Amino acid sequence: MIAVVQPTTTWYLILAAVLFGIGTVGVMVRRNPLVMFMCVELMLNAVNLTFVAFARKMGDIGGQTIVFFVMVVAAAEVVVGLGIIVSILRRKPGATADDLAALKG
Amino acid sequence: MELVVFIAAAAMIIGGAVGVIVRPHPVHAALSLILTLFGVAVTFIAQRADFLAAAQVIVYAGAIVVLFLFVIMLLGVDSSENLRIEPFKVQRPLAAIVGAGVIGLVTAAVVASRKVATVAPQVSADVTAVNPVEHDSNIRTLARDLFSDHVLAFELTSVLLVIAVVGTVLLARRPSRLQLDGAAQ
Repeated sequence: MIAVVQPTTTWYLILAAVLFGIGTVGVMVRRNPLVMFMCVELMLNAVNLTFVAFARKMGDIGGQTIVFFVMVVAAAEVVVGLGIIVSILRRKPGATADDLAALKG
Repeated sequence: MELVVFIAAAAMIIGGAVGVIVRPHPVHAALSLILTLFGVAVTFIAQRADFLAAAQVIVYAGAIVVLFLFVIMLLGVDSSENLRIEPFKVQRPLAAIVGAGVIGLVTAAVVASRKVATVAPQVSADVTAVNPVEHDSNIRTLARDLFSDHVLAFELTSVLLVIAVVGTVLLARRPSRLQLDGAAQ
């Protein structure tokens, strides 16, 4: 009986919403810049999941193409962001996000 | 069958995501991130996005998480964060409220628009469906779309990657002593 129930697009969208929410909480709660970065990756993956769910629902391959571009941009973002984090932490070892207040007015 | 796959993938995704935000050690957070990324790859396969699932495993689990782990090792593995310290008292309750609000709002919007989506006209040709004769039809369709409609964006991503590589090399490079002396004069 339970095999009759098929997961619909709504299920995938709600799963993506939960993943996005967890990523949001992580960015706001964690203070290690590396872990904050990982939470941004979680949010990007939630959006990718939404795109793929809609691509299937609408029967349009364009959603999957956009996911491809999101992956490329995420890779570039990680490369540049980790370079910045390395150069920050080389100057201030063990710095958290609270210690980086050089631009505070 | 798809229900079982969905439940397993959802458990991997949610478990990994919670692990990323509650594990104090960055290495454990990165390993939990791998679990989440594999779960997302499983949902991609369940939704017939085969190429994206492969790219997800190769790019995210294979490149991005390894880069994270590399940076963690480079900066020292003993930098475990003490999660008991709360710098701002209102931060965690506020974050919980905002997170619950985001999840609740998006879920409400999805559930409310479910009726609208079924009324809207569906595209009859399901291009994401797997043709049993052509087992690599997903890659073909994706490649045709990528290299015809989005070829300019595809070329621009190569420019973006080159800029990212050059920028990272400039960021991570230590200025040599010769250049420092030249700047001081």
